[in-house]
Amino acid sequence: MKISELVLLTEGRIVAGNSDADVNIERAFSSDLMSDVLTLDDHQIVLITGLANLQLIRTVEMADVPVVLLCRNKNATPEMIQLSNEIGIVLIETPFSIFRTSGILFQNGLKPLY
Amino acid sequence: MTEILEFNIKGGDFNQAGKASSKIKKQLIQLGVETATIKRIVVATYEAELNVVAHASSGKLTAVFEPDHIRITINDIGPGIENIDLAMEVGFSTATKTVREMGFGAGMGLPNIKKNTDELEIESTVNKGTTLSFRVNY
Repeated sequence: MKISELVLLTEGRIVAGNSDADVNIERAFSSDLMSDVLTLDDHQIVLITGLANLQLIRTVEMADVPVVLLCRNKNATPEMIQLSNEIGIVLIETPFSIFRTSGILFQNGLKPLY
Repeated sequence: MTEILEFNIKGGDFNQAGKASSKIKKQLIQLGVETATIKRIVVATYEAELNVVAHASSGKLTAVFEPDHIRITINDIGPGIENIDLAMEVGFSTATKTVREMGFGAGMGLPNIKKNTDELEIESTVNKGTTLSFRVNY
């Protein structure tokens, strides 16, 4: 799934990175627990989360996660946006809940990790 | 050729946590190390960096880049680990509520460091500090 499709399906707004980023997402993982994200072996995933802090961005940097969906209108801070742009992460804000976002993306073909 | 990078880590400063790991990641990319190996190294390093920020008052991280492996050593001044065997168990945690609210402190850090490294040594003295050292082969 392309970034543009992720944005369209979740009525999202890109706040860092761009929709042309050359990534093809096949799997998704929903979590607020960064410790769990750090144990994932898969790479090309989208992280669906309700946690909006700087450590979220540091975590996805280390875990090689290219795209993050921030649910329920959690706003990315300027520091989060700056760091995401620096390391090349696509950050998308969506008004939908984690449950709804996960459901829509699952329905549209994204696979779970476990 | 051996290269060495050193970093100071301040306890409690979550906004700085990850800076050392990030610089090490950039260096490994420059050295042309394989992506999957880089991930193992930086995940282990970041977990160790977070442990210092979450538990200790200060720490020092040293990364030694050798031609075929990296060795990371983290010394901290802090509470130490009372029972290392217990700390290695998934789910055992002494993290504060603040740390948990940030998405960490689930008792997964040390087991995850072990999973991602080829050698791991931990030495700790209660009320003095901890030294954690690991090696990852390229």
